[in-house]
Amino acid sequence: MSWVTKTLDSTLGRKLLMALTGLFLILFLVVHLAGNLQLLAGDGGDAFNVYAEGMAVNPLIRAVSILNFSFIALHVIYAILLSRHNKKARPVAYAVTNPSANSTWASRNMGILGTVIFIFILVHLRGFWYRLKFGTPEKVMIDGVEYKNAYIIVEEAFKNPIYSGFYVLSMIFLAFHLYHGFASAFQTVGLRHKKYTPLIQKVGIGFAILVPALFALIPIVMYIQSL
Amino acid sequence: MNLTLKIWRQQNHADKGGFRTYSITGISEDMSFLEMLDVLNEELTEKGEDPVHFDHDCREGICGTCSLFINGRPHGPKQTTTCQLHMRSFSDGDTITIEPWRAKSFPVLKDLMVDRGAFDRIIQAGGYVSVNTGGVPDANEIPIPKVIADEAFDAATCIACGACVAACKNASAMLFVSAKISQLALLPQGQVERRERAEKMIAQMDAEGFGACSNTGACSAECPKGIKQSNIARMNREYYAASVVTENV
Ligand code: HEM
Ligand code: FES
Repeated sequence: MSWVTKTLDSTLGRKLLMALTGLFLILFLVVHLAGNLQLLAGDGGDAFNVYAEGMAVNPLIRAVSILNFSFIALHVIYAILLSRHNKKARPVAYAVTNPSANSTWASRNMGILGTVIFIFILVHLRGFWYRLKFGTPEKVMIDGVEYKNAYIIVEEAFKNPIYSGFYVLSMIFLAFHLYHGFASAFQTVGLRHKKYTPLIQKVGIGFAILVPALFALIPIVMYIQSL
Repeated sequence: MNLTLKIWRQQNHADKGGFRTYSITGISEDMSFLEMLDVLNEELTEKGEDPVHFDHDCREGICGTCSLFINGRPHGPKQTTTCQLHMRSFSDGDTITIEPWRAKSFPVLKDLMVDRGAFDRIIQAGGYVSVNTGGVPDANEIPIPKVIADEAFDAATCIACGACVAACKNASAMLFVSAKISQLALLPQGQVERRERAEKMIAQMDAEGFGACSNTGACSAECPKGIKQSNIARMNREYYAASVVTENV
């Protein structure tokens, strides 16, 4: 093994990959949210459709999107590798434990939280991304230009209370994942300082509440609008 | 105090082991937890039974030999060593479950005694400073800022009891290893072997089979010496830097 693979295959290296991919996904969430909030613009979906088409054709965005997919894959693969390694480190379990005395629930259950997020991502990609890219979406004319009508796919989907409910529920899982993950990733990459860590922790909690809440707002509002 | 004790009994590493329940009466709340076990062991010995094996040495909270996972927490309900835990932390009539540290890297030797040799091997891998023999240097010859000296000293208070491993859901030894790396990385005397030390100690830690860090913070919360999470962040930095700059391809 070269020194690079040796480093990245150590417990610290694997965790570093978790943290770096996690931080990238956090950035992605912000960009994704900014785009999606246009669904609530109240313009019949014009702004969102123009934006969605722009995302699909811009070569830079496409490159970032490939990076994003590979980082999700890496994050999940390393989640599995680490979880398996960690489980092996304690072959005989304790009969009595009192974990809430020393740690938060979210920090101990990142795997469960992540698994739900992963299922959500699959459902989400099948419902929107796949249909838009490989299906035959309706067309819509905006200012004399033809666009794929991404908006109507979303609108249709969120009419279903089970589908919308699943989205809202998934965002709660994401919130808990970020509640621990945000500050944890800084710790993992070694960024810890008396002055800045308390701030990072506060920003992390704010982020963990605000971003999933805004994501969840979209299906809630669109479901109510459909009534 | 009268207590019910559920104690893990195991003949040797190969034995499967299991819990045995004992009733114990007339315990003073001023006794330490280990003294309470001494009383039990005297009773067992008088009855001709095998006493419960557990580790202990200084009984002053400084050596790190005592262990025990008590009611789901290492060293019991207080953030101290088991030898410094007093029976007043429990109530009359309590049932107390006592288990050994559980980790693949800490095999059970007998009952509540585990082999913490893995920690020794990690120290042997790089947790030292090589000093050439010669005249004794003057005290305070090497200037060290007070804050740095304090930080190094805080890390050096780790007594290697293994409560961090016992508390961690991953049986990770990161808090121990990071304290040992920090206490030397912070001081001028530790600079010569600094990079290699991080690489070697972490390689040994992984070879011993300890888990990875999930940053739950359980280790610091249970550490009798309050070793801080900042040491783990420092260890991470030391390791990444080492792997980039050392010449070990
Ligand atoms: C938008 C999606 C996601 C984001 C933003 C995200 C973000 C993060 C961050 C920032 C961390 C902290 C890294 C660290 O502690 O250094 C983390 C940890 C983790 N993530 Fe994710 N994650 C996402 C999706 C997933 C998925 C789909 C899974 C898996 C199946 C997953 C499983 C985990 C696990 C198991 C950990 C903890 C690893 C450990 O500490 O041992 N995550 N995530
Ligand atoms: S016996 Fe030495 S610390 Fe408890």
